[in-house]
Amino acid sequence: MILDLLLAALLVIAGLFGLIGSYGLLRLRDGMQRLHAPTKASTVGLGAALCASVVHRLTVGDGFSPQEIVVLVFIFVTAPISANYLSKLHLFSKTHTPPSSGTGRPWATFDPTLDEDEPRLPRRDET
Amino acid sequence: MKLFPHPVLSLLLGLTWLLLVGHLKLGSLVLALILAILIPQITHAYWPAAPRVKSLPRLLAYVALVVWDVILANVAVAKIVLFMPRDRIQSRFIAVPITLKSPEAIALLAGTITMTPGTVTADMNGDASVLLIHSLHAPDPDAIRDEILTRYEARLKRIFE
Repeated sequence: MILDLLLAALLVIAGLFGLIGSYGLLRLRDGMQRLHAPTKASTVGLGAALCASVVHRLTVGDGFSPQEIVVLVFIFVTAPISANYLSKLHLFSKTHTPPSSGTGRPWATFDPTLDEDEPRLPRRDET
Repeated sequence: MKLFPHPVLSLLLGLTWLLLVGHLKLGSLVLALILAILIPQITHAYWPAAPRVKSLPRLLAYVALVVWDVILANVAVAKIVLFMPRDRIQSRFIAVPITLKSPEAIALLAGTITMTPGTVTADMNGDASVLLIHSLHAPDPDAIRDEILTRYEARLKRIFE
């Protein structure tokens, strides 16, 4: 009984935060603001769903499964990279103007200098 | 050319593969070994030096702190998204000057900032001494900058440097 309530609560929390994340995409005004909405769905939303899965497997199913934790780690490691690429896109397309970096070097997206110790990686050409 | 240029990375990759397949049969062990050799070789250019973690318990404590902060910040951002009038949300860019030097520590700090709802790491400057953060609602940008520096950067400095 208590177990069912716990599982249900976790699933409802997961669904709720997924929904709020999507609603945020609709409601917020511009690209950079909208970037903040999906982080909710991918952290607490997904986390609660995976917690529910782990608890269910531990109690009703066939024991502990590590896959859920691996999924969560992958999401936490990769989600910032796509968010970073999207914000770089907004900076490139000049829809958002950042303040000056306050140092001798500009923001890396606009910095043409190549560092000596940098590996030779594919670069977007300056246009 | 060394077979395992980054032993810890190789170990983590092999372990991750075994966790994903979920059993210990000969086939998956062989594939785990192949991945543990191949992936560090291919990505070698991105890892000029091996990151050094000084204190594993501190790193685990940091992960726990971030998870807790993520939950709190989620509720705060959910309130902003649901109830705050659209024209009162003050979004802005914040420049955060950092003193971290290790690339892995900077990457971890940038990832932490992005995963905590309400702030996203947008860019950093050419020599990695300033991070460009975008905040969803920042009536007081200096407070957000100081919180990132004291709460996350100081801890990462103790873990990596």
